[in-house]
Amino acid sequence: MRMTIIEAIQNAHDLAMARDDKVVVFGEDVGFFGGVFRCTAGLQEKYGPSRCFDTPISELGIVGSAIGMAAYGLKPVVEIQFADYVYPAYDQIVSEAARLRHRSGGDFTCPLVIRMPSGGGIYGGQTHSQSPESLFTHVAGLKTVMPSNPRDAKGLLLAAIEDPDPVIFLEPKRLYNGPFDGHHDRPIVPWKKHDLGDVAKNYYTTPLGKAEIVRAGSKVTILTYGTMVHVAQAGANEAGIDAEIIDLRTLIPLDTETIEASVKKTGRCVIVHEATKTCGFGAELSALVQSSCFFYLEAPVTRVTGWDTPYPHAQEWDYFPGPARVAQNLKKVMEV
Amino acid sequence: MHKDPQPLSLHVPEPGCRPGDAPDFSDFIIPKAGEARKPALDASAQSMRDMAFSIVRVLNKDGKAVGPWVENLSVDQLKSGLRHMMLLRAFDARMLIAQRQGKTSFYMQSLGEEAVSCAFRMTLKDGDMNFPTYRQSGLLIAGGYPMQMMMNQIYSNAEDPLKGRQMPILYSAKDYGYFSISGNLGTQYIQAVGWAMGSAIAGDTKIAAAWIGDGSTSASDFHASMVFASAYHAPVVLNVVNNQWAISTFQGMARGEVATFAARGHGFGIPSLRVDGNDYLAVHAVAKWAADRARAGLGPTLIEHVTYRAGGHSTSDDPSSYRAKGEGHAWPLGDPIERLKTHLIMLGAWSEERQTQAETEIMDEVREAQKAAEAIGTLTSGKSSSSRDIFEEVYAVMPPHLVKQRKEAGY
Ligand SMILES: Cc1ncc(C[n+]2csc(CCOP(=O)(O)OP(=O)(O)O)c2C)c(N)n1
Ligand SMILES: [Mg+2]
Repeated sequence: MRMTIIEAIQNAHDLAMARDDKVVVFGEDVGFFGGVFRCTAGLQEKYGPSRCFDTPISELGIVGSAIGMAAYGLKPVVEIQFADYVYPAYDQIVSEAARLRHRSGGDFTCPLVIRMPSGGGIYGGQTHSQSPESLFTHVAGLKTVMPSNPRDAKGLLLAAIEDPDPVIFLEPKRLYNGPFDGHHDRPIVPWKKHDLGDVAKNYYTTPLGKAEIVRAGSKVTILTYGTMVHVAQAGANEAGIDAEIIDLRTLIPLDTETIEASVKKTGRCVIVHEATKTCGFGAELSALVQSSCFFYLEAPVTRVTGWDTPYPHAQEWDYFPGPARVAQNLKKVMEV
Repeated sequence: MHKDPQPLSLHVPEPGCRPGDAPDFSDFIIPKAGEARKPALDASAQSMRDMAFSIVRVLNKDGKAVGPWVENLSVDQLKSGLRHMMLLRAFDARMLIAQRQGKTSFYMQSLGEEAVSCAFRMTLKDGDMNFPTYRQSGLLIAGGYPMQMMMNQIYSNAEDPLKGRQMPILYSAKDYGYFSISGNLGTQYIQAVGWAMGSAIAGDTKIAAAWIGDGSTSASDFHASMVFASAYHAPVVLNVVNNQWAISTFQGMARGEVATFAARGHGFGIPSLRVDGNDYLAVHAVAKWAADRARAGLGPTLIEHVTYRAGGHSTSDDPSSYRAKGEGHAWPLGDPIERLKTHLIMLGAWSEERQTQAETEIMDEVREAQKAAEAIGTLTSGKSSSSRDIFEEVYAVMPPHLVKQRKEAGY
């Protein structure tokens, strides 16, 4: 069945709720309206308002109450309307959800999924475009996931819901309706007309912690995730370079095996993410690659990322690390 | 006698009507205009508890100003009030169209709520500071901020004072008493309290006005603001604009269906009252009273402006999927422009003909500003803001890593 990422996420919620009545879904505008991006459409009608409901506008309240419900024994799957609005909940995520199992000696646990649309490309300016993944990957006790297509969105979300620990589930909103490759001036193929829009109807999980090689290659490894998986492919095509592209899918736990095997094979590594550069997840990847593949490297590990500035409104496409920037850096790395 | 424990169930607030239902405001109790008393400036929160459950209204059904809150504004003041609201409405209408034409990315209007910001602004003095949300553009219009500057910002053109960095309408205008809008709901509220505390610390005479929507009062920022404002008697007016909706969520969610937003102030000992937000005269009078209290060192006041969001939440929103059809027409407090117009006509200072003529003149004025802004550029044409500006002003002095990145970006 062909689905958009939005439909795949809605479908994952639906199957999880049907299978397990401990699964509850809530957030701002999530109930009657079905979410501002429609990711929870129809769930309230189907499962009733005590399993899918609207909340007051308090991200702290959403996450804090979800932690309490998880401690009670439910499986909350909550939506933060935009990742840019998660900060009021940060204390609850970092100091509470992430550490509950550890600090209570396993007495209390926190099986909880916090979903949030992230990334730019929609003229959302600094408050609807952020990619805050490294603020979560830096915290011990959290898992962090970001799908790049409908099939994975469904499987990863179901795996996140099954997971016994808190999972941050980042949804690249620019991919919701199609595989945007960074060419903002060209129409995108909708998921409905794309093979990756093929989503099995049944319940399935895509394991957390497993990367996927989306394109095999021999000259350079590109490590990326989310929207940038598609941008990286466009960039590699335009540079005409035989790149191996790895969609990490899960940032923590990280599939170090797949990464190391690929870089040892190609001898070069370019990391592509939309988030700002300094202390971004690319810094972690870069450190990992240089320490585990040092003697195989033929060029310095290179990062292609958003600039270290707030995300701009009008100058969006000069900020966004599009295919041209990826191609340019690939060529540079090949010249070494 | 021992009883078996009953299974519990979760209460989830829902509005009385949704699409398919007939709009119904019958349980919305509206006191008569003129009925509310006017407490002394130094009244305690306790002595005016009832005012958090009533509504101060001045203009009655016939457009007459009645009761103790009548301030006797001059005809000129009333006419400029009407003009400000009409300007704001015309401005919104033109910018909505501009957004549809692709000249900008996004827009949010104040339709139906014009009296709140326009009347409030007239009670502030030079140097006072508003900490607004995106739905108080009337503070700029009534404050005399050039419309073309607003449009330059909306279009992110080369003359945009915010250099293309911010989404449309997240203005900043310090000289006009308008703090930079964040986009993250609620953050500005406590900052207003802090600004007011700053004025007190410095022995200044300026006051601050904090603004928040009904939905956003759920944010902890709102509660922290009240703790600080009451603890330090901060010279601040705490405004809650209850326009009944927060995107698709009705206001009963944020107040728990039982209290009022004004009543939130009681736990903090803050004098709190509700005002008819579609009544220019009532908003003006209550705002003046609260501002005078702040200036006299009597501390914060919480004002709930009762109004209605007559339009969609934003250009990304279609309210017909969550609001009953015709709800706006059924809204019992009417339209702020109509009501002030009727009052002016009743005073013999205005007429329907002059209203029609004013509408045309005002629309022309807005079009002029729009032409001038578009002559510079829009989001998609003409001279746009520079990409060099992505890197400027992140810090006062650009650190080396940004200098390098700017070069890499080609600027
Ligand atoms: C912290 C945060 N959470 C969520 C949002 C998304 N959001 C933008 S406006 C809005 C509704 C606000 O409603 P209300 O406070 O009543 O103001 P109104 O739009 O009615 O003026 C929401 C949820 C946001 N901007 N910031
Ligand atoms: Mg509202």
